[in-house]
Amino acid sequence: MEDVAREFVNKDYEYGFHTDVHTEIIAKGLDENVVRLISEKKGEPEWLLEFRLDAFRYWQTQEPPSWAHLDMPEIDYQDISYYADPTSGKKDGKDGAKEIDPELMKTFDKLGIPLEERMALAGVAVDAVMDSVSVKTTFQEKLRENGIIFCSISEAVRNHPDLVRKYLGSVVPYRDNYFAALNSAVFSDGSFVYIPKGVRCPMELSTYFRINAMGTGQFERTLIICDDDAYVSYLEGCTAPMRDENQLHAAIVEIVVMDRAEVKYSTVQNWYPGDKDGKGGVLNLVTKRGHLRGVDSRLSWTQVETGSAITWKYPSCILSGDGAQAEFYSVAVTNNRQQADTGTKMIHIGKNTKSTIISKGISAGKSQNSYRGLVKVAADADGARNYSSCDSLLLGSTCGAHTFPYMDIHNDTAIVEHEATTSKISEEQLFYCRQRGISTEDAVSLIVNGYAKDVINKLPMEFAVEAQKLLGVSLEGSVG
Amino acid sequence: MRNNQYVDFYIQVRETIRQHSCTVMNARREEAFRVFSANGFPSIKTERYKYTDVAQDFAPDYGIRLSADNAAHTEYCRPLSEADMDTEPYYNRIADTDDSIVALNTMLAVDALFIHVPRNTKARHPIQINNILKGQQDTMSNRRILIIMEEGAEADVIITDHAADQQHFLTNQVIEAYCGDNSRLNLYEIEETNLMCTRYSNVFIHEGRDCSVRHTVLTLFNGHTRNACRVRMAGENSATILNGCVIADKMQRVDNNTLIEHMVPGCSSQELYKYVLDDSATGAFAGKILVHKGAQKTSSAMTNANLCATRQTRMFTQPVLEIYADDVKCSHGSTVGQLNDQALFYMRQRGISLHEARLLLKAAFITEVIETIPLEALRDRLRLVVDKRMRGELSKCEGCRLC
Repeated sequence: MEDVAREFVNKDYEYGFHTDVHTEIIAKGLDENVVRLISEKKGEPEWLLEFRLDAFRYWQTQEPPSWAHLDMPEIDYQDISYYADPTSGKKDGKDGAKEIDPELMKTFDKLGIPLEERMALAGVAVDAVMDSVSVKTTFQEKLRENGIIFCSISEAVRNHPDLVRKYLGSVVPYRDNYFAALNSAVFSDGSFVYIPKGVRCPMELSTYFRINAMGTGQFERTLIICDDDAYVSYLEGCTAPMRDENQLHAAIVEIVVMDRAEVKYSTVQNWYPGDKDGKGGVLNLVTKRGHLRGVDSRLSWTQVETGSAITWKYPSCILSGDGAQAEFYSVAVTNNRQQADTGTKMIHIGKNTKSTIISKGISAGKSQNSYRGLVKVAADADGARNYSSCDSLLLGSTCGAHTFPYMDIHNDTAIVEHEATTSKISEEQLFYCRQRGISTEDAVSLIVNGYAKDVINKLPMEFAVEAQKLLGVSLEGSVG
Repeated sequence: MRNNQYVDFYIQVRETIRQHSCTVMNARREEAFRVFSANGFPSIKTERYKYTDVAQDFAPDYGIRLSADNAAHTEYCRPLSEADMDTEPYYNRIADTDDSIVALNTMLAVDALFIHVPRNTKARHPIQINNILKGQQDTMSNRRILIIMEEGAEADVIITDHAADQQHFLTNQVIEAYCGDNSRLNLYEIEETNLMCTRYSNVFIHEGRDCSVRHTVLTLFNGHTRNACRVRMAGENSATILNGCVIADKMQRVDNNTLIEHMVPGCSSQELYKYVLDDSATGAFAGKILVHKGAQKTSSAMTNANLCATRQTRMFTQPVLEIYADDVKCSHGSTVGQLNDQALFYMRQRGISLHEARLLLKAAFITEVIETIPLEALRDRLRLVVDKRMRGELSKCEGCRLC
């Protein structure tokens, strides 16, 4: 493991390049006409436009939330372009699918994302989204044989309007919060997944998000529906170029899990974190929520958060099916001047529901890292069980680590446990490593990796390797 | 706006209060009035008052007494108006002057109790203050206590709340305690009132170096209670213990809110709060440990354990850590659960009825807090009171000869 860390320890943000590709960007600013324009560009039906407009009107009446432990720069929503299409340079091919600009292909190759079928060995179906548009979704044919729908949300609106209409906004309504309303008004592309009854998805599905164009934000929207007895493992990754300005990323992920179905959602978030002085970086303001509607349904969120200047993200679960089980595993690393306020909500409504929260925060440099979580047990949720554990590790005396757990228990049969610890790396462990000829930096990397192991072990193989590397890179220069 | 009645009332009686009160208190009165009339009562949107509907608690039309309390003079204890030292640099200084409830107290309190333990003096007997709420009409009392522990002073202070009459009583209490270097203060607050009583308490403690402070708050019988305790540890090598226990049933509500600030290196703090909730009782615990930048070698542990006996009970808990120093050891644990089935079964096997077994387990659960009390006499008495309370025999205060 220390080899991995050593290999990457001298690297800065390696995905900070910019691709020079012809991109159609609409003028900056946000009003009803912009919302209409986005809808028109995507050729959307009337009901979706209405949904967007309702969301936009609601957003205008709201104030940005200020409760998080974040020092957020004021966002000028009129200074952002809400739609950027890097595929606009090419004409539509015969079968209606757009041909891909070779520059774009190079970009995704550089990022290590297998867009070509020759990468079949990797065994992962990918939906690649750059700026506001899905560039390509692989393995669609193979998945279709099983009845699985995996495509961009724009395509789903065209080809499966009933499904989209039924579930869009059913887990995260546009009135949910400020950023959810903004996203509902201007959302561009994202992935749509439907796993039919009884189907076990044969490969891992993955979406890769990249912000490329300047002065834009990314507002992706992902909707995953896992029908009775089905199973899917879904991965999400993201990067952005290095820029001096803050870029806005306000996404929504909605997951619906039916009877006895299981969804695994893994994220490695590696947006550009800004430079050492906190200049630039992505503002990652995301609403993610899963609704466990079915009996004995299962959902697990695993996230490794290493990037972004600001992270405001609470992947949550509503456990309304009896016997539903939810898990949340998180590692959040902050360095330099990064700020993260992240955690989860577990809302127990069904009987005999069970949830587990494991959160590991690591803060270094001048960063602030907060865990914020809610465990709520409704009056009818008999036999609900929750276990939460959130630990923080501090590297350096100028950073902060905070824990804000909330527990609202309205049922006498619930058993809820929460524990948290905050400490620094033990001198004894460091000394032990140093004695055996391991340099301080490697020793820290080793200990941190061990500390985060509970979470990293939950990630699919390819992601776990990437996550370990990222931990090393993110903490570079934080020791000594 | 329900706070209007207090604003109007103050404007009417401002002069009367000033005449009955002393210079030190009058000096801070107008400022408090400005804060209160500008801010009004905090709503549940205010994070620290999230679990208590303040405006509703203060809404009834209470009578407010405008003469000084007839507090007894003892060796260390006297009214603030007769203080044996200049209290101006101490009165309303560590209290959170921006808090509306504290401001309301500062604005309406006519006299304060002053406890002063001089340098290197050890108070031989515990100082006990019994507050007995009496009256034939609904009454609000604004109680104010200022405690000054000089360098090396030691004292036990016991404050009890009882209600002698079945009326609505609202107590708004503010305690400020200064603990000089190397002093020791054990402060106990015991509430045994009735269902019609509402209590708001704000305790502010300031510690110098090498201090030992223990604050224990026991809510045995009440109506609505909100206890806030804020400790600022400003000198090195001090130790703070905050303990609390709550027994609540019927429609009782108890909200404990604590904040321990570690400003300097090398201090330790411990918190233990336990709740037993029955019937439709609501409990809330919001604890926060704030470790400032540079407060290295801090050791801190917070524990909150709760028992919910029925479906109608509500428990909210929020143990928060906010840490800006790296060489610290901080932990918190919080649990909500039920009585252990195996333990119940064990006792039933041995012929103990289910009811009795439950009582035993509940009492044992609470006893963990009682056992931490160093005063033996108080501990013994509390064991008895807790047992009676669990059996439902403590409907009013025990041992006073007033009723």
